[in-house]
Amino acid sequence: MEYSVIILLLPLCMFLFLGLVGHKLSERVAGILGTLGLTVTAVLAYVVAFNYFTMPRNAEGVFETLQPVNFEWLRFTEHLHIDLGILLDPISVMMLVVITTVSLMVHIYSMGYMHGEKGFQRYYAFLSLFSFSMLGLVVATNIFQMYIFWELVGVSSYLLIGFYYTKPAAVSASKKAFIVTRFADLGFLIGILILSFFTQTFDFQTLMSNPTSLVTETAGMTFMGCSVAAWAMALIFMGGAGKSAMFPLHIWLPDAMEGPTPVSALIHAATMVVAGVYLVARLFPMYCAVPEVLDLITWVGAITALYAAVVACVQTDIKRVLAFSTISQIAFMMVALGVAFDSDLHAGLGYMASMFHLFTHAMFKALLFLGAGCIIHAVHSNEMSAMGNLHKYMPVTHITFLIACLAIAGIPPFSGFFSKDEILTAAFEKSTLWGVWMTAVAGLTAFYMFRLYYRIFWWSKPDYGHHTPHEAPATMYLPLVFLALVTCVAGFIPFGEFVSVNGEAYHIHLDWSVATTSIIVAVAAIALATWMYFSENSKPKALADKFRALHTAAYHRFYMDELYMWVTHKVIFQHICRPIAWFDRHIVDGTMNMLATVTNGVSYGIRKLQSGYIQWYVWVFIMGALLIAVLAMCF
Amino acid sequence: MEIPMIAYLVVSTIMFFAGVYGFVTRKNMLAMLISLELMLNAADINFVVFNRYLFPEALEGFFFTLFAIGIAAAETALAIAIIINIFRHIRNVDVHNLDKMKY
Amino acid sequence: MEQIANQVIFGLLALVIVVCSILTVTTRRILRAATYLLFVLFATAGIYFQLDFTFLGAVQLAVYAGGIVVLFVFSILLTSHPGDKAPLLTSKRRVVGLIASIFGTIVCGYTLLTYPFFTKPLTSVITGEVEMKEIGHALMGMDKFQYLLPFEALSVLLLACIIGGIMIARKR
Repeated sequence: MEYSVIILLLPLCMFLFLGLVGHKLSERVAGILGTLGLTVTAVLAYVVAFNYFTMPRNAEGVFETLQPVNFEWLRFTEHLHIDLGILLDPISVMMLVVITTVSLMVHIYSMGYMHGEKGFQRYYAFLSLFSFSMLGLVVATNIFQMYIFWELVGVSSYLLIGFYYTKPAAVSASKKAFIVTRFADLGFLIGILILSFFTQTFDFQTLMSNPTSLVTETAGMTFMGCSVAAWAMALIFMGGAGKSAMFPLHIWLPDAMEGPTPVSALIHAATMVVAGVYLVARLFPMYCAVPEVLDLITWVGAITALYAAVVACVQTDIKRVLAFSTISQIAFMMVALGVAFDSDLHAGLGYMASMFHLFTHAMFKALLFLGAGCIIHAVHSNEMSAMGNLHKYMPVTHITFLIACLAIAGIPPFSGFFSKDEILTAAFEKSTLWGVWMTAVAGLTAFYMFRLYYRIFWWSKPDYGHHTPHEAPATMYLPLVFLALVTCVAGFIPFGEFVSVNGEAYHIHLDWSVATTSIIVAVAAIALATWMYFSENSKPKALADKFRALHTAAYHRFYMDELYMWVTHKVIFQHICRPIAWFDRHIVDGTMNMLATVTNGVSYGIRKLQSGYIQWYVWVFIMGALLIAVLAMCF
Repeated sequence: MEIPMIAYLVVSTIMFFAGVYGFVTRKNMLAMLISLELMLNAADINFVVFNRYLFPEALEGFFFTLFAIGIAAAETALAIAIIINIFRHIRNVDVHNLDKMKY
Repeated sequence: MEQIANQVIFGLLALVIVVCSILTVTTRRILRAATYLLFVLFATAGIYFQLDFTFLGAVQLAVYAGGIVVLFVFSILLTSHPGDKAPLLTSKRRVVGLIASIFGTIVCGYTLLTYPFFTKPLTSVITGEVEMKEIGHALMGMDKFQYLLPFEALSVLLLACIIGGIMIARKR
């Protein structure tokens, strides 16, 4: 399958081409070129997926892991060398399909959405760059290649969030996203270095062939009460948590919504933010060897899921609601990975569930964001107060949005139901606490999604003036329809046949007790949302007044940003950076300045000696000679 | 009574320091050059006097003075050429105006 | 009698030298300064004659009085108008100059007066003129105390000086 390398190279070439000569092309040509490039990439990805999954399984009943391309890029020493290549295994092939599909939809959609924007060609160039980096990330053959592409997606995310670079909010959001994820990546890098130092390799396949090597190599070594192996894996997870916006590193994602909406759909909902999940899944056997880190992942995921769901319930900016919903759903995947504790098919159910949810979530969340984009396009505002009763004006958007809401709420037969059910089952298998917890969060999910839905499409009609909303153009609603269709049928894909924790085929069967519970909870939440938001009334306001403190805190995202500001500004800047800056400015610079000042002053002083007046020289010379004569006479 | 050597030396000393005074105080470059001639002349007298009084059998001081006169002639001619050139440029010979190259 | 005449002549010469050199540096008219300088040079030539260095005296008269002073006069006439007076000295400059010259005179005079020169009486050796032949031999000879090399060096210097003078002073 050597042709799979084209999947990587094509978006890269497209980026270079559009980036270098894009401004010479017309908008239309640039858009069509970018989309065509990605269409070819997507078709190739489908071909790869088809060929891969129709390959016969090997003797153990698992799909062979392939490395069609792998070459040594940088060689430092015998063990320290960085390779670039393509690794095909069930999850990377699955990710190829997800990324190219969503990216293609976003490319098509953007032709309508970004029409007439300044920098249209630049936008497509960045989209291609992102596609290239994300694809490179998922097919990485070694952890260092993954890190390189990991940073590349960070950069393209930065570039796309800051696409409207004349808007101060967008600029600061892009900086925030970059700095927060970069901070997390510092942990990732340290983790990589510890890991590779002890295992003497970057290569995934070598690591996977002996997943306990890190634990055995570092046996007995501890650092601050935890084993070194746990530290390494936890630091790597920190990188993943930063990219996947896990609490408390989630603060960048809501602000990232300043970017164009299709970018939010592609990067901040479907693909880049699940990179953290993918990372943990990729190294899952190694995480199994350090169960305490898996517990950490579970805790972080569970807290994030609950936190983000609560915050999402009260936000008024529809993209923010979706952003928090994304955080919450990714946390679901994290929890699913955390509660999987072994490579056994049943104990590792969470692994499959997580990947399944990643797949379905990418589809319906992209759909939600693209739908939100249509709505924003129609009413020119992100705020709920500017919307209402839109089902009359935008029927296609309405239906597709409803499908996505049902899917995320976990109503059968939409895809979200199946994947979420697997996650809940896995959580219940680990412990009842996680099962109940995640079921509650699932209920909250259903509630806030339907709050959003009713608030946009029903409620009551605000004053649209003479500018009545209208359905978006075909380039925008066709991707919606396509994604809605995928959302409808994705649940019936026998996902477990392709992806499972040890690669063997797993037949998904619904645990009806769990499924029934979750359906009842979801329906109840939807009913509550319907009761509160179907038509305009004062119930939400009354409820908000009743729980004023909670409502205000949740509205302000429990003051996490303020906490960060306080820590960075008041603690770090005030007490660490300020003295360092003072030292630098006054002691380091001061020494140099003093040298310069003294030299300058002395030069000014003795400049008079070189006055150029020969008479003065003569006078000084004669007086000096006489003085010496006098001294010689005296002594 | 013979004239003591010291008498010549005192005369030449006064002449020399009169030259110093002129060199330090005058602004006109020609006047400075004249003062320079005074100093040179005082030195010449010293050479001759030392030759005559201390080493009457030798002729070193004599020849030194002879060459010094020759060199003085050359030096003066050159200096005057320079001064006239300067005069062509700045229309005076004041040494204080020559500060273009200062610092 | 000859002794007294010698002393009187020396006294006159010394007086002319001292007065005229002081006048040279104090007069405000540059042409007068040149004239006083001429007197000083004449008196110096007189001292050379008195010391029996007649050739040197002649050279002094020919080169200095006849050549250099004429150069001075010409250049003064070229660069200044007749009757021009140098501006009055500022007291600071005057004081500075006086300090240097008076201090120098005192130091040198003290040194000269206190230093025990070992002088030989003029009469104890052969006095009288240095013979021209002797001078010619010394200038052209290559032995010890003979000066062919400086002579040639000086002639080259003079040549260079002539060329340089033309180069510098000619109009462009």
